[in-house]
Amino acid sequence: MKAKLLACTVASLLVALTGCGQGGQSSAPAVQPSTPAGPPDLNGVWQALGSAHWNLEGGHAIKGPATAVLGALGGIPAGHNYVEGGEIPYTDDAAGKRAEYRAEWNQWDPAVKCHIPGIPRQTYLPLPFHIVQGDNKVFIGYEWGSNSRIIHLDRPGTRAELPSWMGYSVGRWEGNTLVVEVTDQMPDTWLDATGTHHSEALKVTERYTPMGDNHIDYEATIEDPNVFTRPWTIKMPLYRRVEDNARVLEYKCVPFGEDAVYGHLRRGANRNEPTVKNLF
Amino acid sequence: MTKQTSLITGVIAAVAILTTAPGWADVPTTSFGKPSLEGQWDFKSATPLSRPERWKDKEFLTAEEAAEYEQGIVERRASGAESEGDVREGLDGQRDVDVGYNSGFLEIGTNIDGSLRTSLIVDPPDGRMPAMRSEARERNAPYVAMQGESPSGPEMRSLTDRCIIGFNNNPMRSGAYNNIMQIVQSESAVAIHVEMVNDHRVIPTNGGPGVASSTRFWKGYSVGEWDGDTFVVTSSNFKQNATPYGTGPNVKMTERFTRMDEATLQYEYTIDDPETYEAPFTARQQLRRTDDDVYEYACHEGNYSMPLVLRAARKMEDDGTANKDWMPSWHKR
Repeated sequence: MKAKLLACTVASLLVALTGCGQGGQSSAPAVQPSTPAGPPDLNGVWQALGSAHWNLEGGHAIKGPATAVLGALGGIPAGHNYVEGGEIPYTDDAAGKRAEYRAEWNQWDPAVKCHIPGIPRQTYLPLPFHIVQGDNKVFIGYEWGSNSRIIHLDRPGTRAELPSWMGYSVGRWEGNTLVVEVTDQMPDTWLDATGTHHSEALKVTERYTPMGDNHIDYEATIEDPNVFTRPWTIKMPLYRRVEDNARVLEYKCVPFGEDAVYGHLRRGANRNEPTVKNLF
Repeated sequence: MTKQTSLITGVIAAVAILTTAPGWADVPTTSFGKPSLEGQWDFKSATPLSRPERWKDKEFLTAEEAAEYEQGIVERRASGAESEGDVREGLDGQRDVDVGYNSGFLEIGTNIDGSLRTSLIVDPPDGRMPAMRSEARERNAPYVAMQGESPSGPEMRSLTDRCIIGFNNNPMRSGAYNNIMQIVQSESAVAIHVEMVNDHRVIPTNGGPGVASSTRFWKGYSVGEWDGDTFVVTSSNFKQNATPYGTGPNVKMTERFTRMDEATLQYEYTIDDPETYEAPFTARQQLRRTDDDVYEYACHEGNYSMPLVLRAARKMEDDGTANKDWMPSWHKR
């Protein structure tokens, strides 16, 4: 209790938003009840809806490679534009690269191979994720790929010793918003299926702001001077999965990516090269 | 003694018992009042799972015996042998070619468990794994035999070779490397992130929703609840060949996590599958807190081995040299 009072005092001095003196409920805007430690409670199962993982810039529905075997279930749906300002500000060189990737996207897209999608794309792939909010760490476990990451609340200003596919996440609370700076990602991931790529200089600043019991405003600001002319921001809601049996299950995608990655090496394969590029 | 004096004496006695109980005063708690399981935990150990024959009637080592045993391990490692009886001239050089893992890669435990037990298995009381039923061996035989065949595709390699499950993470047990995991905990869930194949579970603390027995998962389906100060996780619904210890489709695994003190987390698991083993067995280990990070072991992303294995298989078939002796020696053990 003493710790809670102290945490609430500190929190109220900072933002006066967590509702510590109101039985865990705040006044407008409605936010999640506080965790005992003070900040808003983001615990639970969440999911982005929409088509951001296909195309952040939106567009009409199109026929996809999977329609050959899945028919109407294999099409790529229409989507809104999630990019503030409408367009991703590529440098000229990077725009050319993106056009090359886009022309053969299903051969290049790392997610086709079941490679870890990185941040931010992992957030809006169309399967739920579970936020576990510890006192000094936040863990996010994603159903897609059974991937995960740790957000360090207790390591301000630090960087990773090594790059990784999910990068290195350092978080802090700014009022009701969990701000996460993600650095040291491998340069191999994409932000959607249209060739939206980046370099090893990528920095992603995510902002998770609860806007009621059951949704979070999610923003991600993308910075990479090797690829983009200026920082740019995507924005979308995250929805709480409210079913009684809401639970992140398992989509280990290796068995589903093996045909793409190793199919040419199967006994009797009638081709010598993989259907996907940029392997190893 | 008056009634009041008796009461005071009783309270003092109770406090004395509580405060002198092992680790009681040192157990960190969360902001929501439960024992904290959080942190990075090292689960490598030199204590064998099953009690060796030479310790048949000995449940615990003395501190001196443990130190001597540990010193022996260090010396054998230095000479290139994995275990007692495995000291063979010239093996280390060959191992680089045959297996590809040498001492630079391996991270095998050199310390006896803090309990000083002679086996991690604490039940049955003899410390030894119960016998596997013959019908279970027959059930598992095709999966084992398949791995000795020239693989027609990735599905013929083991689940660990394919980076689908790890060899030491479900249950967590000391293996050749990546013997580390991290726990992050809220009031409603406990997340366990194991380094091996970059896997994790998020386990609800309220018992969680059930799932149909026909729905199967590579890492099983885990539900949890607190039993006093111990977090108890029950897992079932494993996919075929992803079950712990070669068990069958109806296996139930029960894990118990108990924070002992700042530096120690007691981890215990029970494997119960009467279709496979003649009796349940329980292993217990004291995991050590570490400041080492759990790194992202992006196994599939860096699986250079699989295309090489498949390419070699195709070439040997083309050359007419395919046989069942081409896999590394450790596959035949």
